[in-house]
Amino acid sequence: MNYHVRTRRLVVASAIALLAATALPAVTLSASASLGTPPTQSDRTPTSIGKGEGSLNLIAWEGYAQPQWVKPFTAQTGCQVNVKYAGSSSEMVSLMNHGGGGQYDLVSASGDADLRLIYGGDVRPVNMALVPATKNFHPFLQAPSFNTINGVHYGVSYEFGPNVLLYSKSAYAKAPTSWSVIYNKANKGKVTIPNNPIQIADAALYLSKTTPSLGITDPYELTQTQFNAAVSLLKAEHPLVKKYWDLASQEISLFQNGTTTVGAAWPYQTNTLVAAGAKVADTIPSEGATGWADSWLLATNAPHPNCAYKWMNYVSTPLVQAQEALYFGETPANTQACAYMDKLQKGGCAAYHANAPESYFATIKFWKTPLPTCDNGQNNCVNFTQWQQAWTQIVG
Amino acid sequence: MLDQLQRGAGAALWRRPWLRAVATLSPPLLWFLIIYLASLVALLVTAFFQVDALTGNIVYQWTGSNFSQLFTQSVYATIIWRTVLMAVMVTVTDVIIALPFAFFLAKIASPRTRQWFVALTLLPLWASYLAKVYAWINILSDKGVLPAIERSIGLPVTHLAYSTAAMWLVFSYLWLPFMIMPVYGALERVPDSLLEASADLGARPWFTLRRVLWPLVLPGVVAGSIFTFSLTLGDFITPLLIGGSNANFIGNAIYDSALNGGNLPFAAALAFVSIAIMAVYLVAARFFGAFEAL
Repeated sequence: MNYHVRTRRLVVASAIALLAATALPAVTLSASASLGTPPTQSDRTPTSIGKGEGSLNLIAWEGYAQPQWVKPFTAQTGCQVNVKYAGSSSEMVSLMNHGGGGQYDLVSASGDADLRLIYGGDVRPVNMALVPATKNFHPFLQAPSFNTINGVHYGVSYEFGPNVLLYSKSAYAKAPTSWSVIYNKANKGKVTIPNNPIQIADAALYLSKTTPSLGITDPYELTQTQFNAAVSLLKAEHPLVKKYWDLASQEISLFQNGTTTVGAAWPYQTNTLVAAGAKVADTIPSEGATGWADSWLLATNAPHPNCAYKWMNYVSTPLVQAQEALYFGETPANTQACAYMDKLQKGGCAAYHANAPESYFATIKFWKTPLPTCDNGQNNCVNFTQWQQAWTQIVG
Repeated sequence: MLDQLQRGAGAALWRRPWLRAVATLSPPLLWFLIIYLASLVALLVTAFFQVDALTGNIVYQWTGSNFSQLFTQSVYATIIWRTVLMAVMVTVTDVIIALPFAFFLAKIASPRTRQWFVALTLLPLWASYLAKVYAWINILSDKGVLPAIERSIGLPVTHLAYSTAAMWLVFSYLWLPFMIMPVYGALERVPDSLLEASADLGARPWFTLRRVLWPLVLPGVVAGSIFTFSLTLGDFITPLLIGGSNANFIGNAIYDSALNGGNLPFAAALAFVSIAIMAVYLVAARFFGAFEAL
């Protein structure tokens, strides 16, 4: 008995000692509410690419590091490619926060994650002179506001595309023309949408066309009233949703099994399903679509910077851009990729809008980080934390 | 020289028993303190920090906002309630299945049959967790085995995949061996003579079951329930893979805030909810004598 009491006292005492030890010097960091200059500056940016370090660690979207273009890269440069797949932009930010210190070299983040990574100091400036192929990129991707701050490039633009409406051809003889199908009570239990706060923008885009009185002009810059309207639309949608998908592969199996017949998807899912013989198709409904524009961002403490630059160069070349575009179902940043796409797949260039006029790209509302500072100059927009919290409430 | 030193050390240890105890106990105790307790303490401390909303970096300033958010936003009450309810349902289901099965094993089956059945009970534990869950997706999904059977014999087709019922089914299946084994152990320790004595004294089978067998088996049931309850409470993979649109469990909320939200402090606060629930459960289990049966 006595022994037990003594052990317990010992354990409690040690726990207190450890608590005191772990309580760390309580460093005071100011929450960066106002956006100043990003913490990483161009002083360490290299002016030439040295010898490869033999390996390269990527954080990428599923389908962004396929053997057909990774193998030739390794053969050319000797850089062994290791990939960690992430399912959402937030997961990428989180991986870079906790592992970006010295584990990963590059991340293929989308526009909604870029500013978070840049202002978090997780990524550093890139010398675009070392990535010459970027000269042939679409003008709107040369220095887009989501990866270029005050003329400093924090990433090399990659591919982009719309978030499409995926539907089963056996349930819909004709392509649905409106996003309303995913909000329609008739489709109870047949709908699947991504488990991602940025999905609120899809609802906002739909409302901008169907409820003009709300006055939504940018689905990522929402006042509280506009935001509430989008959130209540998504809450009303909840009973219709069979599953909020986390990974592209989950949505693929949902459609393969015929469990769901309509949903929000990437063209990647459509391509994979069609290749597997599933009777599905996708469309951009009349309200337009949100979309993603990805960039390769270089980690601040990248252990293999030379291999990273070699990779940025390699994936910017027309052939790789074309391969990636056809595989994933997206549009390459490099305008010269069009010819290669047609060579690889008949009509491939037009199918993925690689030759579309600049006006087409303006119709896609590309993902970006929701900030309280909206372009209207009123500083009354709902910030990203609120998007996340609202999303938790929606999914329940 | 070395020999002398060894002998000196041996003598010193022999003369001072406390030194001997310290030498033998300190490696495991240190391991326990550093690996186990320190990480728990770090978790608790983290729960009182916050992250920068934009960049996701941890801000080292003491705040109780994670817990206040947890207790004021109704969505977390929903998630916690859903998780606990599922853990209870799975536990009850496993008790109902395990009791007759374990009784058969311990009291009715021949030694040979018993060996076979024990082996078969433990066999699924050798298979990968993921493989088992994916197998269930293949069974339950609309183009799966179960609807095919239902169609062939003219029954109405169930749409079980991606639903709460599917999670309940899969959880109950996954954790069943963890219930059967302790119950079987408890039943095996009950001498047959007790049951015979009860019958000799005029008790009907149902009465014997309630008043003789049940009190003796209860510690085994409670011990098994610790496994089924805690395993369900902490799981996030089954809800992720086979759950429907109401599949946010405590584990998923932790996963989402840690990995997707990048909010480690909030995840730590959530983790403390499950630790608190489990602490209450273990105290109750101790009251029912579960630890004597382990």
